[in-house]
Amino acid sequence: MSKKQEKTTFWQLYTSFLKIGGLTFGGGLAMLPMLQREVIGKYGWVTEEQLLDIYAIGQCTPGIIAINTASMIGYKRRGVWGSIVATLGMVTPSLVLITLLASILSQFEESILLQRAFGGIRVAVCALITQSVFTLYKKSIVDLPTLLLCLATVVGTIFFHLSPIVFVLVGIVFGLVVQNLKRRAAK
Amino acid sequence: MTFLLLFYEFFKIGLFSIGGGLTTLPFLYALAEKRPQWFSAQNIVDMLAISESTPGPIGINMATYAGYMTAGPLGGLIATLGEVTPSVIIICIIARFLDQFDKNPHVRDAFYGLRASVIGLIIFAGSKVFAVTLLRAGSVRGVEAVLFVILLGFALKFRKVHPLIWIALGAVLGLVLKLPS
Repeated sequence: MSKKQEKTTFWQLYTSFLKIGGLTFGGGLAMLPMLQREVIGKYGWVTEEQLLDIYAIGQCTPGIIAINTASMIGYKRRGVWGSIVATLGMVTPSLVLITLLASILSQFEESILLQRAFGGIRVAVCALITQSVFTLYKKSIVDLPTLLLCLATVVGTIFFHLSPIVFVLVGIVFGLVVQNLKRRAAK
Repeated sequence: MTFLLLFYEFFKIGLFSIGGGLTTLPFLYALAEKRPQWFSAQNIVDMLAISESTPGPIGINMATYAGYMTAGPLGGLIATLGEVTPSVIIICIIARFLDQFDKNPHVRDAFYGLRASVIGLIIFAGSKVFAVTLLRAGSVRGVEAVLFVILLGFALKFRKVHPLIWIALGAVLGLVLKLPS
C-alpha cells in the first residue's frame, strides 16, 4: 500500500506540524523546506504543486501564513477536526517557548544587564523593520496610485490615529476599483 | 472578562492581518494605544525581538507574548487561540468551496491595493518602534541613532543574514555601549 492510501491519524497531523513549528524560525517562506520534508517527503499528504497552491492561498487569506497552511493541509486530510489539530500542533512550540521565556525575562526585569542588552536589541529591531520595508516596497508600490494609498495609510494611522482595520478594508476596495478603472481606460 | 476581551481583540487581529511576518505589528500598536494597561509600545519592541529569535511563526509568538503580558500564561494561550480561530474558519470554508481562491481575478485586484496599504501600516508600526528606541522626550538619542544607521547599512548589504544574528549583535552592542544612552 502506498503512503497516500494510509489513513492520516490526528496524532500524525499534530506531531508533524509541531515539528514544523518548533524547527523553523519566523514562519512564512522560511517554513517551506520543513513543510516539504514532512508533508510531501515523509507522508505524501499533498503533491509539490498542491503545496505551492496551498501556500499561495495562505498568503491571500486573513491570518498568519503558517497557520493558514497548516489548517488547509489538516482539512484536506481529516476535515474540520484535521484543520484544528494541525493548527494546534503548529502553535504548541510557540506557546511553550514564549511562555517560558516571558516568565524568565519578567523575573529579571530589574537587571541592568538585561536592560542594556534590550537597549541594543531595540536598535537592531529598528534596522530589521527598515530592511523589511525596503524589501516589500519594491513589490508593493508599483505605480502612482499605490504610492498615494501607502502615504494616505501612513498619515491616517500616525497623525489621525485611525485603526489599521480601516486601511485593510480601504486597500481591498481601492485595489478592486483602481484595477477596474485601469482596465476600462485601456479598452 | 479580560480573557474574553483578549480573545476578541486577537480574533480581530487574526481576521484583519493578511500576509506574513510583520503584518500583525500595526494591530498590536493600535491595541497598546487603546488598552495601555495591557502592554506598552516598548513592550512590543521587546516582544518582536524575542519572537524573531525563537522558533515558530512570528505572528503567533507575538500573540502568545502579548497575551502573557496582559494576563499571564493563560492569557498567552487565549490570545493565541483568538488569533488562529479566524484562519481555521476561513480556510475550512475556502477548502470546501473555493479551491482556486488565489487565482480569482478579484482577489488579485484586491491585493494590488492591499499590499500598498499593508506597507503603509508597517511604516506606522516602524514609527512607533523608532519613537521608543531612538527618541527620548522629543530629542534624538545620539548613540542609538548612529548605531541604527550602521546596523541598517549592514542589514541592507547582507540581506540573507538571519534576523537572529542582528538581534544577538544588538544585544552585545547594547551591553558594550551601556544602552539605552
